[in-house]
Amino acid sequence: MAWPVRSREPCSLFKYLHNHNTGNMKILVVDDEKDVQILFEQRFRKEIKSSEMQFVFAFSGEEALEYLNGHEHEAVLILSDINMPGMSGLELLGHIKQKYMKPPPMVMMITAYGDAENFNTAKQLGADDFLTKPVDFNLLKEKLKLIH
Amino acid sequence: MLFELLLAIFIFRYLRRSPQAAHLLPEWDKFFVAGMIASIALLAISFLLPGSKLVIGWLADMILVALLYVALTRPSFQPLKSMAYAVMPIIVVVFISDATKLISKSFYNEYDNYFQTAQLFAVIWLIALWMMSKKQRKALEIERQKALEKEKQYAISESMKAALEVQVAERTAALTAQKEELQQTVNELKSTQAQLIQSEKMASLGELTAGIAHEIQNPLNFVNNFSDVNTELITEMQEALNKGDLEEAKAIAADITANEQKINHHGKRADAIVKGMLQHSRSSGGQKEPTDINALADEYLRLAYHGLRAKDKMFNATMKTEFDESIKAVNVIPQDMGRVILNLITNAFYAVSERKKKLAASVDGTATAAGATNEYVPTVTVSTKKLGNKILICVKDNGNGIPAQVLDKIFQPFFTTKPTGEGTGLGLSMSYDIVTKSHGGELKVETKENNGLAGQEPGTVFTVQIPA
Repeated sequence: MAWPVRSREPCSLFKYLHNHNTGNMKILVVDDEKDVQILFEQRFRKEIKSSEMQFVFAFSGEEALEYLNGHEHEAVLILSDINMPGMSGLELLGHIKQKYMKPPPMVMMITAYGDAENFNTAKQLGADDFLTKPVDFNLLKEKLKLIH
Repeated sequence: MLFELLLAIFIFRYLRRSPQAAHLLPEWDKFFVAGMIASIALLAISFLLPGSKLVIGWLADMILVALLYVALTRPSFQPLKSMAYAVMPIIVVVFISDATKLISKSFYNEYDNYFQTAQLFAVIWLIALWMMSKKQRKALEIERQKALEKEKQYAISESMKAALEVQVAERTAALTAQKEELQQTVNELKSTQAQLIQSEKMASLGELTAGIAHEIQNPLNFVNNFSDVNTELITEMQEALNKGDLEEAKAIAADITANEQKINHHGKRADAIVKGMLQHSRSSGGQKEPTDINALADEYLRLAYHGLRAKDKMFNATMKTEFDESIKAVNVIPQDMGRVILNLITNAFYAVSERKKKLAASVDGTATAAGATNEYVPTVTVSTKKLGNKILICVKDNGNGIPAQVLDKIFQPFFTTKPTGEGTGLGLSMSYDIVTKSHGGELKVETKENNGLAGQEPGTVFTVQIPA
């Protein structure tokens, strides 16, 4: 699936992130699958070791909102699953982009359904990027490098 | 002489016209015609030649005697016997007086009075019998008319009978055609039902596919990425070993082992999902086997939930499970019982999402409604319980409940409250059959309709009760 801005010049939010986070980048990962934490920690172990990136995990939309309420402006990137029990990733996205924090952090949606409808809904709600499961971490790292 | 000829003419005419003599025609007609012509000719001759009177008188007597003889001896003249007896005396009297006149004129003249009287009596006799016969004839005629009437009625009834028979044949043919048509319709319905049952299976499979996609992509995500990580870790471990950093190598090896376990776990997860899908699509007729009811319920709850989420992005509900861990393996047909659970759960999710939609639609109305929308948490609870030698599986929702007027119809085939095209109306009826017929259990429903009153939470509970 082609993300319109991905391979060309970075969008304004990338610029924003770049300007405000020169060294340490804090990423909030939201997914109801607990093993995601271990996976991310191993996948980004070098980046974590070098303090290039910092990861925080939330296992539901509600938990993510709770974290964001307590740590406003800390997380600059949110990677959220769409399908979660309770508050879905799309609802979380809506909350973040419309009701919370000005300016809102960047949000990338991750889902097992790579269909056009999910993609369009996420885009309408203001998602900055869209990834499908299984996650291609090399692609994700490339996207993150663009921010740095 | 004149009298005898007139009598003969009268008798011939009578024989040709009277209904009593009708059966003699046409065999005797020519004789009658000849006799009549002869009598008329004799009459004419007697007027033209007065001298021939004696001969003609005897000829007329002969004709009458011959007629009398024929009438009394021929069997075919049997019906005319009464007439013969009527004319017999006059013929005899006339014959005797003529004979007496011929033999002894003086004797005749002497007893002329007696002969005259005898002739008078004979005429009276003839007239009396004639009158009687006429009366009889009238009675006979009436009888005949009656018989004719009866015959006519019989003919009418015969023709009516024939018409009726034709009608019966027509009706029978129509009924046979109708019966054949109905038989064909029944056959068509049977095949349609089979197709619908298949399409219901496919529909529930469709509900599952999105859930299955999600459920498979998640484990695949881990399998792919953990194995990638392990490849990197092995390279790092080799580097560490080359450097002689055994501690680091050991730490990495431990990570690799942990990751391998994750890969194995998620691989098995995907395998179980595919197996479940295959079981679901497989046609019924499966065998009962010891099944972990809690695991089955949990699996289908997840599949149903993700399936609905895939269809409706905004759909959301809280899933709760209350499993009785004391339940050991229960003998059920797993794919069939799974289908029942899936059905009940799908219905429950549908019920809560409908209630939420209605609440959202009424938000524009009042502020309290808006409050209610925020307060409402769509919840579906799946619970299991062991009760004596029975296992209960309950699927509870806090939707709007089932209206009383449709409650007794919900297990009927093809009954659905969903919009056309969305439900086959076979879900609950198939579930009912599976639970009661295949498993000897019961499928019960308890519902509380939304009456809009605060503190009276509506909702529905479906309970599957099967022998442990």
